[in-house]
Amino acid sequence: MANLTLVQAINLALIQEMERDDRVMIMGEDVGINGGVFRVTEGLHKRFGADRVVDTPLAESGIIGTAIGLAMAGLRPIAEIQFEGFLGPAYDQICTHAARMRTRTRGALTVPLVIRVPVGGGIHAPELHSDSPEAIYTHNPGLKVVMPSSPRDAKGLLLSAIRDPDPVIFFEPKRIYRAFREEVPEDEYTVPIGKARMVREGSELTMVSWGASVIQCMNAIEQSGRDIELIDLRTISPFDMETVSESVRRTGRAIVVHEAPLSCGLGSEIASRIMEECFLHLEAPVQRVTGFDTIMPYYKLELEYLPDAARIGQAIDEVVAY
Amino acid sequence: MPVEPVFETRIDRVSILDEHGRFDEELGAGLIPDEDVIAMYRHMVTCRHLDEIAFKLQRSGRMGTYPENRGQEATSLGAAYALRKEDWLVTCYRENAGLFWRGLPMEYVLLHWMGDERGNEIPQGLNVTPLAIPIGTQMLHATGLGWASKYRGEDGLACTFFGDGATSEGDFHEAMNFAANLDLPVIFFCQNNSWAISVPTRIQCSAPTIAQRGLAYGMDCIQVDGNDLFAVVKVVRDAAERARTNQRPTFIEAVTYRLGDHTTADDARRYRDEEELEMWKLRDPLIRLRGWLDARGLWDDSKQAALQEDAEAQIAAAVERANEVEDLPPTEFFANMYKTMPPNLQQQMRTMRTSSLGRFPETADQSATT
Repeated sequence: MANLTLVQAINLALIQEMERDDRVMIMGEDVGINGGVFRVTEGLHKRFGADRVVDTPLAESGIIGTAIGLAMAGLRPIAEIQFEGFLGPAYDQICTHAARMRTRTRGALTVPLVIRVPVGGGIHAPELHSDSPEAIYTHNPGLKVVMPSSPRDAKGLLLSAIRDPDPVIFFEPKRIYRAFREEVPEDEYTVPIGKARMVREGSELTMVSWGASVIQCMNAIEQSGRDIELIDLRTISPFDMETVSESVRRTGRAIVVHEAPLSCGLGSEIASRIMEECFLHLEAPVQRVTGFDTIMPYYKLELEYLPDAARIGQAIDEVVAY
Repeated sequence: MPVEPVFETRIDRVSILDEHGRFDEELGAGLIPDEDVIAMYRHMVTCRHLDEIAFKLQRSGRMGTYPENRGQEATSLGAAYALRKEDWLVTCYRENAGLFWRGLPMEYVLLHWMGDERGNEIPQGLNVTPLAIPIGTQMLHATGLGWASKYRGEDGLACTFFGDGATSEGDFHEAMNFAANLDLPVIFFCQNNSWAISVPTRIQCSAPTIAQRGLAYGMDCIQVDGNDLFAVVKVVRDAAERARTNQRPTFIEAVTYRLGDHTTADDARRYRDEEELEMWKLRDPLIRLRGWLDARGLWDDSKQAALQEDAEAQIAAAVERANEVEDLPPTEFFANMYKTMPPNLQQQMRTMRTSSLGRFPETADQSATT
């Protein structure tokens, strides 16, 4: 066991998988000598060399498009997009090609690719460095979307992502990159894609969240003093509806919390699924605490935008009192 | 001298068998054995016949939209001939001749345009990618495929095909930039056929040649007569050598012409002069190659008649194979979304005909399984 931050846990996972499998390579902007702008790939260039940890030209579509070729040829590229706000130029390659290659060739050509992307707000970053686009890639069939909220899960999920035979977008909540440490096993282990984590059990209501919002939910739950069940989805696509349903049928109440905008956010889908699967168990409408349907503001007001313990606490009161 | 040139260059054009039948012995002698020229001529005639039949299939409602390859047979065929089996062919959708030469069964292309993914189920080991519909995005895959070969210490390469219109796309430039700066074995093969649907090349590129676009990336560039099979073979061989020995990419602009419409959904008479078309018909790569064979006593009308018969039989057989594929199960499109089908897709697949999506899924599941 080692006491690691999220950044260190991801770094450790990368090292261990690169040592285990020489098909694994890292590519992206500033990932080499500089070790990435968040230092996630720190030391890897020196350890594995410039052929396996590659500083690419500055072009996001180019990074993902060439990574698709590398993956089709049987390698296991891990491409870093520096910030989620720069995923836009790569959207075409991700959704037009990576997501479709298996189905359009009936499995003759596949894209075992991991796209690592720092995501979300809360670090006083410039514009386009604080967004939460996970629902866009969840709506697009053919991808898997993952977002850990703890160092231990990050390591295990990343190993699963690298070994996954299909393209995985691995969102890393930058707000908690170094926010806390956790005991992380040094031995190899995986956390399965598609399985939620029960963060804490409770009987009064079910709270569903992922990424950095999980920490805000914990704070709100502690402040409320109520017996609330908290589920960290960990995988956003495909998400673990079974765990959510089982919980909501017991508690009869549900709140979904995410940083992304409200409309057509993943909360909409989860609320619909809860209605379909748990209707007769519900004691209150499903509540959402999310970002707003606005452009993410510059950082002076970002904490007004992001769901915090106070807003989540209000939702708890409303749902319990309904 | 305060102002002096820091970089000068020129773009060469390679022609070996020109439109008047003149053959450059110095460049062309021994380039391709006679029997291979004959085999490629036969292949081009067969591909041309496929176009005719595909056109008829579309017009009679037995196939969806189809893009004729007519007039451009020499480009991808010359490239496929000049490359090795392990080299990747990363195509657009006017490279039938090269794909079939590599070994893709003809019915695959027919199936693709008949709306059936089985046409893209590339047989293992063929090292071709499926037809690419979005313009100018597949070159990046070629750069990655060439990169993988270098990563493994092998001497394979990737050759990617695209039209003049595609050279306006951002991905084209990113693919060239990656390949040049990371020293990757890639051949960028532009089929400049004068038209991107209705838009002429001048709107895509105002420089005298498209070939010179590669200069900005520091790569070797060459223009070639794309209707001259010999010249295409030569420039691709040179590019392959450069890729294998120095891991350097090459940009090839093959000047050719789309003798047909863009696709069966297009009518080129709306935007294209008849005169221009008539001029290019005289430069048809098939006519040119036939002339070369005739001049050497390697071909005659009776051989041509036999070839026509053979081509018709081959294409008829391919059409039959395409028509005879088994019906797809209605749930087929769920099958290959992921290696392992996730629970949400399993549920949607199970209930697609027994329940409106999501409505009482548990009940629907039960009725579907009982």
